[in-house]
Amino acid sequence: MIDGATLTPQPLLHATALSCERGGQRLFSPLSLSVLPGDYIELIGENGSGKSTLLRTLAGLHSQFTGEYRSQDALYQGHRLGLDGLLTPLENLAWFAGLEDCPSDRETTLDALDRAGVLVKAYSLCSAMSAGQQRRVAMARWLLSSRKLWLLDEPLTALDASAQGLLGEIIAEHCASGGAAICATHNPIDISNKSELILQADKSGARS
Amino acid sequence: MIRAALVREWQVLLRGRGTVINPIAFLLLTTTLFVIAAPDAMTTAADQSSAVAPGVLWSLVLLTQLLALDSMYRRDFDSGVLEQTLVGAQVPFVAVLIRIFMQWLSTGFIMVGLVPLLGLMLGLSSQALPATALALLLGTPALSLLGSIGASVTVGFNRGGVILALLVLPLFLPTLVFGADMVISAQAGRSVMPQVYALSLISLVALALAPFATLAGLKISLEMQ
Repeated sequence: MIDGATLTPQPLLHATALSCERGGQRLFSPLSLSVLPGDYIELIGENGSGKSTLLRTLAGLHSQFTGEYRSQDALYQGHRLGLDGLLTPLENLAWFAGLEDCPSDRETTLDALDRAGVLVKAYSLCSAMSAGQQRRVAMARWLLSSRKLWLLDEPLTALDASAQGLLGEIIAEHCASGGAAICATHNPIDISNKSELILQADKSGARS
Repeated sequence: MIRAALVREWQVLLRGRGTVINPIAFLLLTTTLFVIAAPDAMTTAADQSSAVAPGVLWSLVLLTQLLALDSMYRRDFDSGVLEQTLVGAQVPFVAVLIRIFMQWLSTGFIMVGLVPLLGLMLGLSSQALPATALALLLGTPALSLLGSIGASVTVGFNRGGVILALLVLPLFLPTLVFGADMVISAQAGRSVMPQVYALSLISLVALALAPFATLAGLKISLEMQ
C-alpha cells in the first residue's frame, strides 16, 4: 500500500482486479492491491462481504475468482487451526515446520510456546486444551514459520486480553522484520501504521 | 517434509487406535455372522474346496474397507490439517500418498495377517491360504487408492457414507473379480499367476492415478465450504 517511488522492493502479493465468487455470485467489487514487506493490512467488511473467501483465494484454497494475483508462499490461518487433537503442541509444531521445510529444534519450539504463554501445555494433547490455548499454540506456529506473508482470518477469536496484546506485538514484529500481514477482523488490532482495506458486499447481483 | 508427515501419521495411528481396531473387529464380526447364519455352506467339501468362501471373504474385505474409508480424511478435514497441508506443503501430493499408505497399513495390511483365522472360519482349504494372503496383499492397495478418491470427494458432506459406497464400490469390482478368482484357482490347484498379474496391474494403475484424483477431490471439498 506504500507507494515506493524511490526504491521499490519486490511485492509479496500483487493482485489486479481481483474479485471472488461463490456459486457464480460475485462477493465484492474488484480490488487491486500490492503488499510490500512491512505492510499490515486490516481487512474490514460486514458479514458475508467475502473477507474469508478473499483470504482463502490468496492462500490458493478457493479457485472461483476473476482477475489475477501473484503471491509468495503464504502462511494461512483459517477458522480451523490445523492442530491435530491427538498430538501435543510440540508435535504439531514439528509437523508444521516439516511441512514448510523450515528448520526447527526443540529449544526454539519451546521458546515460541513460552512466548505464546502455553509452555505448561507443551506435552499435553491439543484436544485437552481450551479454544484460547489452541489459538495461542497457533500463534507459536507463526513465530516459527519462515513465510513472509501472513493471511490471518479472525485471529482474535477466543483470545483473552493479554493474548490479544501479544497478537498485536507478534504481528508488529513480523512486519518490522520485513514480513507482511493481511488480517480479517471486526475488532481493530492495536498496530501503528496500518492500512485498511474495506470490502463492499457486491449487491448488484452480477453473475458471471 | 516426508519425515514430518510420516511421524505425524504414525503418532496419530498409535494414539487413535480405533481406526485400526474398528475395521478389524467389523471384519471378524461379519465373518462370524456368515459362519453362524450358514454353517453348512462354510464346511469344506470332499475335494478340499469351499464354493462360497472366496466370494464371502472378498466381499467382507470390500465392506470393511468401505467402513474405514469414510473416516480417512474426516479428522484432518475438520481440524484444518488438510487445508494447512494444501497451503503449506511444497508437494501436497506426497502428503496424500503417505495418508493413503498409512490407511492401507492400518486396514489392508492387517487383513493379510488375519487370513489364516478368516480362512479357518470360512472353511477355506489350507492349500489356498498362501494364495489368499498374496491376493489380499496385491489387491488391497488398489482398494485404499481407489477408495481414497471417493473419500476425498465426500469428506465435505456430513453424512457421505452412502454416496461414498455408490462412488467407490463400482471401482472395487475388478479387484473383487480377480481377487476372488485367485482364491478359487488356488483351491482348485490351478496356477494363480494370471490373477497375480491382473491384481498387480490394477494396483499399479491405481497408484499412478489415484493420488492426483484424490488431490483434486480434496481441493474441491475444501472449496465447497
